[in-house]
This record gives sequence, structure tokens and C-alpha cells, in this order.
Amino acid sequence: MLRKLSVIAAVAGLLTAGVAGPALASGHPLPAKEVKWSFDGPFGKFDQAQLQRGYKVYREVCSACHAMSLVSFRNLGDKGGPFYDEKYSAKHGKTSNDNPYVKAIAKDYEVADIDSETGDPIKRPATPADRFVSPFPNEAAARASNGGALPPDMSLLAKAREEGPRHIYSIVTGYKDAPAGLKIGPGQHYNPYMPGDLTSYWSGDHKHVPPGGFIAMAPPLKAGQVTFDDGTPSTLDQQAKDVSAFLMWAAEPKMDERKQTGFAVILYLLLFSGLLYVSYRKVWKNESH
Amino acid sequence: MSGHSTYEPKTGIERWLDARLPIVRLGYDSFVDYPTPRNLNYWWTFGGILSLCLAAQLITGIILVMHYNPGADHAFASVEHIMRDVNYGWLIRYMHANGASMFFIAVYVHMLRGLYYGSYKAPREVLWILGCVIYLLMMATAFMGYVLPWGQMSFHGAVVITNLFGALPVVGPAITTWLWGGFAVDSPTLNRFFSLHYLLPFMIAGVVILHIWALHVVGQNNPTGVEPKSKADVLPFTPYATVKDGFAMSVFLILFAWFVFFMPNALGHADNYIPANPLVTPSHIVPEWYFLPFYAILRAVPDKLMGVLAMFGAIACLFALPWLDTSKVRSMRYRPTAKVHFFIFVVACCILGLCGAKLPADPVIPGLTTFNAGDADLNSFVWLSRLAALYYFAFFLVILPVLGLTEKTLPVPDSIASPALSHPATVPAEATAAPEMKG
Repeated sequence: MLRKLSVIAAVAGLLTAGVAGPALASGHPLPAKEVKWSFDGPFGKFDQAQLQRGYKVYREVCSACHAMSLVSFRNLGDKGGPFYDEKYSAKHGKTSNDNPYVKAIAKDYEVADIDSETGDPIKRPATPADRFVSPFPNEAAARASNGGALPPDMSLLAKAREEGPRHIYSIVTGYKDAPAGLKIGPGQHYNPYMPGDLTSYWSGDHKHVPPGGFIAMAPPLKAGQVTFDDGTPSTLDQQAKDVSAFLMWAAEPKMDERKQTGFAVILYLLLFSGLLYVSYRKVWKNESH
Repeated sequence: MSGHSTYEPKTGIERWLDARLPIVRLGYDSFVDYPTPRNLNYWWTFGGILSLCLAAQLITGIILVMHYNPGADHAFASVEHIMRDVNYGWLIRYMHANGASMFFIAVYVHMLRGLYYGSYKAPREVLWILGCVIYLLMMATAFMGYVLPWGQMSFHGAVVITNLFGALPVVGPAITTWLWGGFAVDSPTLNRFFSLHYLLPFMIAGVVILHIWALHVVGQNNPTGVEPKSKADVLPFTPYATVKDGFAMSVFLILFAWFVFFMPNALGHADNYIPANPLVTPSHIVPEWYFLPFYAILRAVPDKLMGVLAMFGAIACLFALPWLDTSKVRSMRYRPTAKVHFFIFVVACCILGLCGAKLPADPVIPGLTTFNAGDADLNSFVWLSRLAALYYFAFFLVILPVLGLTEKTLPVPDSIASPALSHPATVPAEATAAPEMKG
């Protein structure tokens, strides 16, 4: 019975694989580029140096338009984060709020508050407990400054796209000159990795509509734009990889902890299952079934 | 609950309690001394696995509610607060979200096992129908639970599903307004879905108790479909079934843990990490995987009302199954033709699930344009889903009723013990039962 079912499952799997292969018809973007991440696979972890570089790209480039409202400054110093330092962890009776890097970063920003004496609205330097400061006060302001387009909040961006950080990397590095015959509106850019349907903008062969779609964001990164403090060559590819990794961390800051816990849990369950199987064999030893 | 009780209170306290509330006796009779057929295979362990799933969902869910905020302006952020700021909140939330999928994996195996071995046939009709009620409640609970994070797929899934009721003539629009608590899916909808999402699992737990009660009245079915006739056919629940169920649960937990810790978002949809926005519709609204076959049946029918009726009809078939199958033989082990149709049915359900995830007009085989009949492109997922849906209904409404009367079945063993003892799996030769032991 089990064997029969597994055969059927295998056949169904083959059928599915056969029919579900990539269909590059018009209206579909190109599949995201392959990238090797340090956090791939069950044992993969964030690379702290990469997260620091990625944070710098985010801070100097992306944060001019993109908010990251779910992340607090203190998160930068949490375990697995870009500026984690064991000296400022629970092990030493401290928290990431005490981390001097985090404090210094926070202090560079101003947040709105009220004067507790007078109730007047004031600005004060941010503390590690504050959230990242958004570049625009509201959606209308963000659209007004970006030709009507809304730069998405980046807190969860890497999880909110089907192909995750690879999608972000592909968009940032994937800008191409529009093929002749594609009508591009003002403030728009062609990107073959952007979802969309270009059929109505395409005057060429209707069977070969270019893949991808339009994106309002101009190519945001170029070689040498950000200077990496660790001496890593600042190529476009490097910047794109680092900021994508940083965004993955921002979207899933507990990933290292999750995988480490998972390793222990799976090991425990394997041993426990083994013990239970031995018990089962022992209990049923003299009973046919 | 069936047969006479063999429980003997050993201590004074147990005797005192037994005379007043024989709850220990109930537990003993139900989970220790309860006779189980000796030939139950691993497909029978999914009942225990399902109770584990229900318990896990209840516990993680109750903890999530301590941190969740059901307002439309706060729901999304509060889920992220759980993920980021609550101690082990990511673990609780991923367990709950993946737990729903695990629950459905287990319930589908459990239902197919019942279908294959004829566990719905007399005298187990009520047991089967209670199971169908649990399944319906599970679907309602899972749907409303998916709305609670208030992401894009939550919101637009809720719009699509609640609008289905609008297809009903005359009362449709009134029902949808009543479901929404307004004129669109909004905060009042989220609030009532939250309330019901908390209520329904306890109703499930209640029906589970009835399900187990009914089970203990009629006894478990078994792979031969032959009722136990003597003591040689059965073994006490503890330790035999407990240890086997325990092993299966532990193996199932490995699968569960693998999803929770290493691919927690694989069964979800990326769009649900975008906060709900009524003004932006996702390009491709799909329900969770466990609803896909029914979603495909819904979309297979061009008319909206007929599609809704077909979808509910697909579930109604399950309720009527005990009277649709006319065969006298319970287990498909001895029904060679029915067995083939069972496996085609499983494949048809998988195909429906695949179609539910695809765009209806997309081609099944890319690049093939020759399968056109009139203006219909037969090489499309909508036509594939029509074919599979046709088989789904034919299986219940034509094949099972007719086959039961015409099929030539294989000889059914006299008792459980006779075939079970004829191929002793792990027993040394001298330990096999003597012929006089056979039923």
C-alpha cells in the first residue's frame, strides 16, 4: 500500500514538474538571477560583515526614499544583527540598547516627540528604542516626491516577493535599455525582472513581447557609490548582494536563532523517534500483525 | 464506552472517585483497555496525529491571542510585533501557521484512509459524518485564520470568498453585508472573523469528542474491513496502539519541525507580507494549498452560482458517501476495480489542486496550440480542471453506486486473525499462533 502510494506520488510529482516548468510567455518577468547566499540551507547564517555593508548601502542610498518602519535601531545590535556584540548581550547583563554603535547610529536621526513639561511638539535625537525614521511623513508626500509612485516599505520586502532577496538583487542589477519598439512613459524605466505586462506598450512582433515591466525607480546603485569600511571593492554587484542580504535580515531577523533551534529540535525528534521505534518493536515482538 | 468495563480501582481515592465520577474508568476503558484490531497499519495512526495537531493549534493560538490586535489598522503590525519582539513569538507564530497545513495534510490522509478501507460503511455512518463536520469546521477556521494577519492575500482572499455568498439568488447580497458587518471587507469583518476563529476550534474539539465516542461505540475498522470476532483479533489499546501512534506522531513532528524551522514560509504566499490594501489587487489571488482543489472546481464552472453550488456539492458528496457506495465489501483491498478508481480519484484531486494554483487560461503544455475545439482552448488549466472535476463527481455519484452492484470482488478473509497470522512480520516461527487460535 505504502509502496503503491509512493509510486503514484512520484508519477504525480513528475507530471507536476512537467507541466509547471517555466513558461516564458509574454507578461512574465525573467526568473530571478541565481545568487549564493551565506544564509542558504539549514545551516546557513547571516554574514555579519555583509550585513554591515548592506546596512551602509541601505542607509546611504535606499533610505532616501524607502521607509523601514518595522525595524528599530536596537535590532541592529540584536543577536544575528549587523552590529551585534556579545559584550552588549544578556550574557553580560546588557542589551542591544547599550551597544555604542547602535547608540551612535540612532543619535544621528531626529524623531518627533512632545515636551513632557509643556506638551509642545519637539524634535529630539533618536535612541536605540526608536524605530527607523521614515523619509516621508505620509504616503501622499512619498508619492509627491517620486513622480506618483510609492517606494515600498522595506521592512518585509525580502519576504514579500516570491523569489525573496534574489528578486531584489535581480531588479537592482537587471536594468536594461528598453528594446526598440517599447514605448516608455515619463519617469518609467524598463526592467526585465519587474512583474508586469508590456503588451500594450509594444509595437513589435506581438508574439515576442519583451519580458518584465516598468519600474518608477531609476537604477539606484552604481559602482563606487558606497565606500565599504572593510575595504571590499564597491562594485554594483557587491552593493546589490549586500543590500539584498541586509533586507533579508530586516525581514527575518530571527533566522539564525530559528535554524539553530531547529537543528536541536530535529536531532531530538530523530533520537526520540528511534527510541519509540525500538519500544514499538519490543512491545509488538510476540504479536503478529 | 463499549462492552463491559474491566477497570478496578486500586486505591481508596480511586474507589471514592469512581463511585462519584467514573472519569478514570472512562479514560481506562477508552485509552488503555480498549480493544483495537491487531492488523491496523500506519494509515490508522493519523487519528492520533490529528489530535496532536488540534492540541498544538489550540495552545499556540491561545498564546498568539495574548499579543495579537484584531483591528484593521493594527493587525499586520501586531503579527510583526509577535515575530520580532515577543520572546519566541516567531516560533509560536510559525508553528501556528504551518500547523494549519500539517493539520490538513493529516486530515486528508485520514479521510483517504477511511475512503480506501470503507470506514464510512454501516455501522460507522455517523462516525464518518461527524468527521465531515469536523472537516467543514476546520475549513472555516483555517479560512478565517488566514484573514487575521491582514496581508494582501488575507484581505483579497476574504473578498473573493465572502463574495461567493453573493451569488445566491435573492438573499445573497444581504448575506454578504451581514458577513462583512458593512458594505465591504473591513475592520468589522476582521473583528468577527477573529471572534469566530477563536470559537470554532473549541467547537471542533467538541465534535472530536463525539467522533471518538462514536468510534468507541462501533469500534475501529481495519485493513480487512472484517469486524473483530474473537479475542485473537484484537489487542489492548495500551501499550500496542499507544506505542505505534506515539512513534508515528514523532515522525510526523519531524516533518512539522522541518517546515517550521527551515522553510516556514514555503506553504504561504509572499503577498501576505504586504499589508492589506483595498485599492491594490494582487495579480493572482490564490487560497492556501488545502483549498485549491475546491477553488479549481469553483472556477471550472463558467456560471458563478453554479460554480459555488458545485464547490459545496463536492463537500456534500462526502456527507452522502455512506449511502452512495453500494458495495457489500468494506475494504478496497478486496475490490480490484474500486481500488483503481480510488487511485485515479487521488490523482484527480491532485490535478484539481494544481489547477487551483494556476491561472485558468494558461496552457497546461506550453507552446502547444493544436487542442482547440471551437473557441475553446482545451490545452488550458480551466479545461483540465473541468475534466478532473467531472471525475471527482463521477467517482461519488456514478462509479461507487454502480460498481458496488457490478464489481466482482476478491474473497474476504473470515477473520482478522487469519490473514494477519498467515504472514507474521516479525514473529519467530515457533511464536505463530496455533491453528486453533484462529478466529
